[in-house]
Amino acid sequence: MFKVADAPLDGRVPDGPIAEKWDNRKNELKLVSPNNKRKYEIIVVGTGLAGASAAASLSEMGYKVKSFCFQDSPRRAHSIAAQGGINAAKNYPNDGDSVWRLFYDTVKGGDYRAREANVYRLASVSGSIIDQCVAQGVPFAREYGGLLSNRTFGGAQVSRTFYARGQTGQQLLLGAYSSLMRQVGEGGVTMMPRREMLDLIVDDGVARGIVCRNLKTGEFETHTAHAVVLATGGYGNVFYLSTNAKGCNVTAAWRCHRRGAYFANPCFTQIHPTCIPVSGDYQSKLTLMSESLRNDGRVWVPKSADDKRAPNEIPEADRDYYLERRYPAFGNMVPRDVASRAAKERCDAGFGVGESRQAVYLDFKHAIERDGEDVIRSKYGNLFHMYHKITAENPYQVPMRIYPAVHYTMGGLWVDYNLQSSVPGLFVLGEANFSDHGANRLGASALMQGLADGYFVLPYTVGDHIGKHGTKLKKLGDDHPAVQEALESASSRVKSILAVNGTRSPDSIHRQLGQIMWDKCGMARNAAGLQQAAKEIRELRDVFWNEVKVLGTGESFNQNLELAGRLADFLEFGELFAIDALHREESCGGHFREEHQTEDNEARRDDDKFCYAAAWEFQGVGEQPVLHKEPMEFNEVALSTRSYK
Amino acid sequence: MSGQGMNLTLRVWRQANQNEKGEFRFYHLNNVSEHMSFLEMLDVLNEQLNKLGEEPVAFDHDCREGICGMCSLMINGQAHGPDNETTTCQLHMRRFRDGDTITIEPWRAKAFPIIRDLVVDRTSFDRVMAAGGFVSVNTGNAPDANCLPVPKPDQEKAMDAAACIGCGACVAACKNASAMLFTSAKVSQMAMLPQGKPERARRVLKMVAQMDEEGFGSCTNTSECEAACPAGISVDNIARLNREYLKAVVFSDEGV
Repeated sequence: MFKVADAPLDGRVPDGPIAEKWDNRKNELKLVSPNNKRKYEIIVVGTGLAGASAAASLSEMGYKVKSFCFQDSPRRAHSIAAQGGINAAKNYPNDGDSVWRLFYDTVKGGDYRAREANVYRLASVSGSIIDQCVAQGVPFAREYGGLLSNRTFGGAQVSRTFYARGQTGQQLLLGAYSSLMRQVGEGGVTMMPRREMLDLIVDDGVARGIVCRNLKTGEFETHTAHAVVLATGGYGNVFYLSTNAKGCNVTAAWRCHRRGAYFANPCFTQIHPTCIPVSGDYQSKLTLMSESLRNDGRVWVPKSADDKRAPNEIPEADRDYYLERRYPAFGNMVPRDVASRAAKERCDAGFGVGESRQAVYLDFKHAIERDGEDVIRSKYGNLFHMYHKITAENPYQVPMRIYPAVHYTMGGLWVDYNLQSSVPGLFVLGEANFSDHGANRLGASALMQGLADGYFVLPYTVGDHIGKHGTKLKKLGDDHPAVQEALESASSRVKSILAVNGTRSPDSIHRQLGQIMWDKCGMARNAAGLQQAAKEIRELRDVFWNEVKVLGTGESFNQNLELAGRLADFLEFGELFAIDALHREESCGGHFREEHQTEDNEARRDDDKFCYAAAWEFQGVGEQPVLHKEPMEFNEVALSTRSYK
Repeated sequence: MSGQGMNLTLRVWRQANQNEKGEFRFYHLNNVSEHMSFLEMLDVLNEQLNKLGEEPVAFDHDCREGICGMCSLMINGQAHGPDNETTTCQLHMRRFRDGDTITIEPWRAKAFPIIRDLVVDRTSFDRVMAAGGFVSVNTGNAPDANCLPVPKPDQEKAMDAAACIGCGACVAACKNASAMLFTSAKVSQMAMLPQGKPERARRVLKMVAQMDEEGFGSCTNTSECEAACPAGISVDNIARLNREYLKAVVFSDEGV
């Protein structure tokens, strides 16, 4: 199904002790003088935490920036929906936290499949992120003395999570957005909303620009620059149902992959344990209930599979608090992959609750008895409100019903230590890259990584590319062959979609893809299922190109055309996902292979054979991709079996 | 799940683009589950239209969990429909009855031109933000996060204001299409925090000037905006903006 490259892939990690690597690298990087920065243009695609913070920071430094998003405003990016918090090794609670501990927890939480040096850098800049956000006016929760408050999140035994009620992502994004809009107002950033990136312009092996479609008018546009920064989020919507916003897609990343950027570890997908269960076949998305709820909520199912009583009528003696039972040290605060599998295990064994039997209880009874309803309301009010809205059940009185759902994708475009992809000049930030979370991301670390990349890493490393190549990169005109070829390729793809004129809506085909992914590439995977998935995805791709029906034209606002274009890319990407999951003959983090588990159903890693990032090189649709292996070396944190018992 | 769903008549605004004339069109939708969200009901309508060869109804949406602010819709004359503090994407069909006729329109405001059907252009909000809705702090400039204590009640009030999702319901609900609630939420958030103090005069003057330039109307203090707001933003913020504005005009060097 694939070929393997001979040479290992080099992540270009700097020399020196782990704590000095980032300083060493910064000292080596080329600088661009302030007077020259204004001569250079940088394209930033995506306006979530990573994209908005990068675009704002680059403009503050003096570069000319163009910022793109598919939504009507940069403030809509899906970072806004992150609820629980952002980690930082500030050690304000004086509970023994440190950069090293945050680094250690993140490497361990990622099940030893992340690049150590990247994670250390992430932990070491985490404190500056909080400083920056507070200075922007982000209203983080505070104690009565006026100083910042912290809470605990999964996979950690210290309180290092900063939060703004249950809307931390919203507040951080609005902070980054306000910095971005300030630069728009000052003329340093040109904002391009309602644009979908459809191709990467590569000239002489270097990324030089993008092709996008103006979603308002349908017009195609080409934009050229000295560097392209991709911050376009994850690919969770390949599952159709996920906690992602409806618009989240893999198109920009996949288009870059087709132009030579390696795609790393696509099978590392996080299934979040606490989401509102599916209720009907019309369901369009799944809603997350923040992990922070596990601080005060206790997860349980009845001890007897035949127990039909309402939850409040089931006495303590008949409840199985299975996370506390199986993992006494971490209890309800085990990492997400562990909690999700444990919920699936109980439901598969027949202990699930609710009409579908595909749910477990998350119960706040004890917390409300202990702290009072007001305290719980002040911590989680908006989440309880959201739950009530969706289910018409009051979680202050009845336990929530929750079930795992696709949430975050650790895989993404492969990047080196400088966050540069395998195409020089193309940098990838945030969820769109693969680098920092290994096989499983800890809660409250996505916001940290997005902002670390955008505020404190990319602004340095992009300068190195421009410093080295800037003067050689001549302006590409609209008539340049590389620009014309990319434009032609993007516009002809849109025309072919419109030309199919079949009978099936894009949405119906997308649901079918999602079902294949969930059934065979979901929480538990096996070789036969994955082979079948790859085959079914290929067949569904043919169905798409023969039967999809998109009404209207390409020269207008046409939402079904947008959906169809994104689906076409998901249908190519899904096959790579299955191949990656099939090739990884081990269980680690979010990737659980049924063939590789211990006797008590815990994941069994194979460090001898799979301690590497799998970076895939595109060879054509339906052609065998080439696997490049970047070995993951663990010099600081000894490889060990994760245990939360 | 109940076996038999609702039968509904939808009266939906259709408009090909900004320049064409729009009109209401009627659609019948059967067997709608009470557990569907309002937008899922529109998904089902669009699936039906696609089958019949009529172009689907365009509507903005993204997160579908009430936080991104992209969904909109006037539903039976109410911005985001009948529920308090609820976005359209969080509204569920259990709020409606079998046989209902539901009228669905876009936000209507001069500063929000229609793009297609139910989709409007809200970039005017971004321009109001670009005029002053920020603290001028470059990346890397920030002092330690705990160097300035913020009294908890101030932080809570700032957070109440900062919860605005920028959807535009306040504008759509206002008879003058005023953006005062939106603008005042940001002005208030920053005015409550020490980080926002150095630029408070300049901020309020610039944001209000931009708001006027975009074509938003004046505030009439009827509080329709607060009633429509899905994020629970209070009109107290408008009072605070007015005080900030007056202070800026009278006492600051930035005054007009």
